[in-house]
Amino acid sequence: MQLTLVHTRYQLLEIVRIPIALIGSAFFPAAAMLFFVVPFAGKDPIGATYATASMVTFSVMSANIFQYGIGVAEDRDQPWNPYTRTLPAGPGPRLAGRVLAGLALTYLSLIPVLVISATLTAARITPLAFLLAIGTVAVVSVPFTLMGLAIGYSLPSKAAIVVAQIVFFPLAFGGGLLSSPGEAPGFIEVIAPYLPTRGAAELMWATVGDYPMRPLSLAMLGFWVVVLGSLAVWAYRRDEGRRFS
Amino acid sequence: MILARADQVTRRYGDVLALDRVDLTVHAGEMVGLLGPNGAGKSTLMNLVVGLRRPTSGRIELFGGDPRDPASRRQLGMTPQETGLPGTLRVGEVVDFVAAHYPDPVPRDELLDRFGLTDQLRRQTGGLSGGQRRRLAVALAFVGRPRLVLLDEPTTGLDVEARRTLWDAIRAFHAEGGTVLLSSHYLEEVEELAERVVVIGHGRVLADDSVDAVRSVVGVRRVGFVADDLPALPGVVRSELIEGRHHLLTTDADQLVRDLVAAGVAFTDLEVRPTSLEEAFLAITAEERPRDEPPVTAASGR
Repeated sequence: MQLTLVHTRYQLLEIVRIPIALIGSAFFPAAAMLFFVVPFAGKDPIGATYATASMVTFSVMSANIFQYGIGVAEDRDQPWNPYTRTLPAGPGPRLAGRVLAGLALTYLSLIPVLVISATLTAARITPLAFLLAIGTVAVVSVPFTLMGLAIGYSLPSKAAIVVAQIVFFPLAFGGGLLSSPGEAPGFIEVIAPYLPTRGAAELMWATVGDYPMRPLSLAMLGFWVVVLGSLAVWAYRRDEGRRFS
Repeated sequence: MILARADQVTRRYGDVLALDRVDLTVHAGEMVGLLGPNGAGKSTLMNLVVGLRRPTSGRIELFGGDPRDPASRRQLGMTPQETGLPGTLRVGEVVDFVAAHYPDPVPRDELLDRFGLTDQLRRQTGGLSGGQRRRLAVALAFVGRPRLVLLDEPTTGLDVEARRTLWDAIRAFHAEGGTVLLSSHYLEEVEELAERVVVIGHGRVLADDSVDAVRSVVGVRRVGFVADDLPALPGVVRSELIEGRHHLLTTDADQLVRDLVAAGVAFTDLEVRPTSLEEAFLAITAEERPRDEPPVTAASGR
């Protein structure tokens, strides 16, 4: 446990030393807030709250896909990574440290969205719902963390960057994150429940308002967690087998 | 007491046979040099000993256990490749990070002082010079008060002074009872540090003996010249005639030249060159080894 925290701290240190990396994951959702949410839904308390929840989901998704997808792939290129395997600890603390650091950065990347929402829109939330939402963010991080790990452990870093960029936008758009609940274009309403982003967004919406979750979206979210989890485990094992067997 | 052991270890990478039935035993308190040309299999053997790789067949033991079990590595120290240090972390942070993995690490300031890095404490490793990076990389092997340290080419590419600093630190560790397995492709480095040398070539152990014994074998010179007829000459390990040019391998080139002159051989275009380790060992271990040669004792795995 102690060692996990040490690894967490060093992961964070390495990222914080290159602050532009932090700005990257926070920029897109904050910009989307300013360009789409503030002018269109800013005055309507309910709409603005849902829209903020959508942007939070968007932010969680992009932060996780990018930091794990690209971060892991880049680390695998470094000889430092095998060196840490010669220290008297298994790969567990390093992986756990990476996930904890990732979660911390995910929360950090949400701050701009929340600040914009609080100051420039009519969105409102009760303190209890806000606390619940903090927990929901951790839950919603799970599928995207697994997706990022699957990308990072299966691809070389140059390919990981491209794949992370390619998957993240259709997921955001297709899941209906860029529109209010129920108001996305027709074809998106049809495909949305089948994407992990939708189930994640509905969880956020249900936490901050009284959005009725659809069983299909929730079931699909569970399905995605299993699929992405299996993919991540497969990619991790394959990488271990190739490099350490 | 045996700290590390390889027993008939073979390792393949696809079609490439990197190690071929290698035996190696490192006892407590030894300073063993692993000598061989690039690509001989030294790094593969080291990676097997620290548990980064699994042997294709055979057995590796580290402190009596499987090196892939973290508990077996508690008294092991290893060097990262210098290029692998995380560039954004400061020197002190890297040391603290590694120290966090051990129950009783060497205090940071003491370690940095021993490796002449005290002034670099707050520098990011990405900004260090090559020599400083290498010293830091070697220092990391000693953080956890190991009983066995593995150093893979510890001073390759270093200037003379930096090399001396490292050598002194390694010697000090050994003087206090530490065990060292270091690889190098410099005979000089192994001579300077090690008591026992294991020569590896083409994935095999070619010799496993004291430094003196191996030096006499490795110190083979190639004497080349053009001449018609050659009398029998003493001390020639191997002779070849390629396009009218004689190539004689000998452990004492000076004496051979004197003998040539004394025998009245009308040679021209004389050339004396050191042989590569590989060349020397291939020559020595070839079948036609003369009986008066110092034998390559305990040559195992062949």
